[in-house]
Amino acid sequence: MLPLDVTTEYGKLVGYLVFFLVGAGFGASLEIAGFGDSRRLAAQFYFKNMTVLKTMFTGIIVACLLIFLSSAMGFLDFAQIAVNQTYLWSGIAGGLIMGVGFVIGGYCPGTSIISAASFKGDGIAFFGGTLIGAGLFGESVSYFYDFWNSSFTDRLLLSDWLGWSVGATVLGVTVMALFMFYGAEKTEEYFRIKGTESKMTWSIANRKYLVSAAVLLAAASLTWGIGQPSPEKKWQTMGARYEKLLSSRDVFIHPLEYVKTWNDSSVKLETLDLRPKDEFSKFHLNGAKNVQLSDLVETSFVSSLAALPAQGVVVIVAANEAMATQAWQWLKVQGVVNLYILDGGLESWLQLFSDKGSPTSETHQGHDSFDLTRPGIKILDQFPKDYFKSKIKLKTSKRSGGLCS
Amino acid sequence: MSQLNKLRFKLPARELKGFVNPYVAGTFLGFVLFGAFALTHGGLGASGAISRLQVATVDLFFPAHVDQVGYFAAVAGGAKSALDHSSVMLFLGTIAGGMFSAWLNGRLKFEIYKGPRITNRQRLVFAVLGGAIMGYGARFARGCTSGQALSGGAVLSAGSWAFMFSVFIGGYLFAYFVRKLWT
Repeated sequence: MLPLDVTTEYGKLVGYLVFFLVGAGFGASLEIAGFGDSRRLAAQFYFKNMTVLKTMFTGIIVACLLIFLSSAMGFLDFAQIAVNQTYLWSGIAGGLIMGVGFVIGGYCPGTSIISAASFKGDGIAFFGGTLIGAGLFGESVSYFYDFWNSSFTDRLLLSDWLGWSVGATVLGVTVMALFMFYGAEKTEEYFRIKGTESKMTWSIANRKYLVSAAVLLAAASLTWGIGQPSPEKKWQTMGARYEKLLSSRDVFIHPLEYVKTWNDSSVKLETLDLRPKDEFSKFHLNGAKNVQLSDLVETSFVSSLAALPAQGVVVIVAANEAMATQAWQWLKVQGVVNLYILDGGLESWLQLFSDKGSPTSETHQGHDSFDLTRPGIKILDQFPKDYFKSKIKLKTSKRSGGLCS
Repeated sequence: MSQLNKLRFKLPARELKGFVNPYVAGTFLGFVLFGAFALTHGGLGASGAISRLQVATVDLFFPAHVDQVGYFAAVAGGAKSALDHSSVMLFLGTIAGGMFSAWLNGRLKFEIYKGPRITNRQRLVFAVLGGAIMGYGARFARGCTSGQALSGGAVLSAGSWAFMFSVFIGGYLFAYFVRKLWT
């Protein structure tokens, strides 16, 4: 099952070696495209050579189809793939700045590495410049820190933004890229100075291009046709690796551990209560959210859980264990990391604490009775030390947006 | 005689070859990008390593300054090494891959690429200037053309697509003012 996480699975050394090899493939693909030549890159902005657009979008489309087709067919768990976080306005502002730097300097950071690696003086100079620029940013970011961190969404896909299915978005992006390729060929043909460059490569009669375009379209249509797997289907195909956590009951936490976690200010606890509304309104844990199973497949809701900080813990409270388990399975395959179930639900909870106080949500100041919806840490003193087994292990390695940090 | 000449010509340096068809290169790039996601769950990138290289350089001379500026301290505060990171390995791989491919195709030699109307010195000055602007923008946008546009584009990140189009818009809007550099 993909993706592998080579560094955690095979150790740092193997991980670093894989990164090195992936980098080598990356470097070679940029070099053979001619991205080590600033004239070729800058010509993009004068419509004379559209290689940048063609190669970049081909790369994006091919990778995109491979990723989402594998995900549709159940080979790859997309929830485990790092998606660049969206900081809309600082991204756009930074993009505009980079566009200016691109046309002045003739490279982007990646391509300047290629140019420098093949001993081009301008590439080396540009690369040196990027170091200066990165330094200046670090020195000045404190002046506009708020803007830099504004308009943030952790995992916002184009499909969420458009309100389309992922498959339809993949197809849409593919069709758009094909139109762009056609436009790029026509543009080159129009702007190219006669005799200085070879003739345009796109020709409607060129079978190879037509076949390639048809293959891309077919792959995109297939991705759309199959659709991305539902949480239930994902559990069937990918659940095996999480099954042990359930059968060993390692994710069922004792009410006292819940109390401990609730009172731990370094943990951001999110409690999901799956019971019917009327029962919820009668009694529920402080801060709990009343949700239904159907909410757990809504991308907007799940992404808010997946976007919790590394110290975020999600605990499921349900009327029965079958429902709690199902909710756990669905959320787990959608990428929620620190996910637990309150063992025995509220029934055990009430039983455990019934003789410790009255079930009221009002706090009685100065009394010995305590709030059953949010017991303080002191309640733990009323139980023997080894009364429960701690099970919450925070997986704090937060998947960030790739290698940009 | 002519055969001997040919032989001598071929032996020391490799023959200069043309660039690969952009769509073929792009397909290769796409497979590499997919490989990156499949093996490391993350995409490609370049500016992360650049930023780390910059912080490491500053850390070498002014370690106290690195600990002071929060943005730098995040990658190299205290005893942390800025270079002990997978993005730096990817960066070294990129150099190796680029260099090997350049050698294989006869492009591994010192030269300066520039437009026809400027001198070498002017070109180098503008390269540093453009690089600095680019380096600044890449940190601003939290990634460069490879990390944001390419990797984020492939996984359909909305922010990456907005970023990608703004790079092209910025370039096209400004191109007219610096046309002397390239045409």
